[in-house]
Amino acid sequence: MAHDIEIIEKTPAEYTYKKRNADRAMRGQLMMFALMIFMTLISFTAVQAGFSPLFVIPVILLLAAVQVGLQLYYFMHMKEEGHGLPSMFMYTGVLIGFLTVLAFVTIIWW
Amino acid sequence: MDLNTKFTAKSWPDHPETATMEAKNKFVGFWLFLGGETILFATLFATYLALRNSVPSGNDFSTDTLFELPLVFVMTMLLLTSSLTSVYAMYHMKNYNFKAMQLWLAITGFLGLGFLGFEVYEFTHYIHLGFTYGNSAFSSAFYTLVGTHGLHVAIGLVWLSLLILRNARRGLNLYNATKYYTFSLYWHFIDVVWVFIFTVVYLMGVVG
Repeated sequence: MAHDIEIIEKTPAEYTYKKRNADRAMRGQLMMFALMIFMTLISFTAVQAGFSPLFVIPVILLLAAVQVGLQLYYFMHMKEEGHGLPSMFMYTGVLIGFLTVLAFVTIIWW
Repeated sequence: MDLNTKFTAKSWPDHPETATMEAKNKFVGFWLFLGGETILFATLFATYLALRNSVPSGNDFSTDTLFELPLVFVMTMLLLTSSLTSVYAMYHMKNYNFKAMQLWLAITGFLGLGFLGFEVYEFTHYIHLGFTYGNSAFSSAFYTLVGTHGLHVAIGLVWLSLLILRNARRGLNLYNATKYYTFSLYWHFIDVVWVFIFTVVYLMGVVG
């Protein structure tokens, strides 16, 4: 199979620029990780604190959804360019998944 | 160009995971697979939500007495941290630092192994209590959902070990960059599913 790749040597300036961007992105990832740990701690604490289920359940579901969004968009790079098809696949999966869960929790009654 | 061509940190492309046509195809194909996996897990979540706490009369297993949050918390931390270590691995992959990438992936593997160990312990504990797979609709739905996730972790660990060992002497090139990248996507996806498992199964189970 032909692989039409041109090898392009970066100039020192381009290389420094790439390194700096990569380091900045990595610091962003660390921030996101701290945020995820923080949200996990809130979820577990909210459950242990013994608030009303009507309050706790929506809060922990919302925190889970936000945390999954951070995983997808930051850790899995969906926020970067060239992720049109991946986004379409994931949103289609989430839509069908959501409808399935909705149907099962509302229609099944035993 | 030969796929095994050696690069340097300065000639390594910005997006090695999509640098060749084969890599682009793998990248899109793998995301399609993850979209399908989303639906697979959604059906298992739907089944679990419909059947949780559905036990025959005289059977007193229920989510609020069975689950123990400290264990689940430790498992969550292990898997979440392993997600970060694989981000570090991909950071080094993009910087063409093969040794650092392999090291971070090995750490990822050990964290995943720890997670799996705790899960096996948890399941054995439940089975000793009499909460076996055939105990009730609740137990079957629980083991199928959480067990399918655990199976994904186990498959991920085999995949990771093969990647690390098979490419140990080859070093990083455009032949294996996408292989490493799709593995990291898979590993993050496992964590994504676990976020919903610890929230929907364990936390919502304890709340009642």
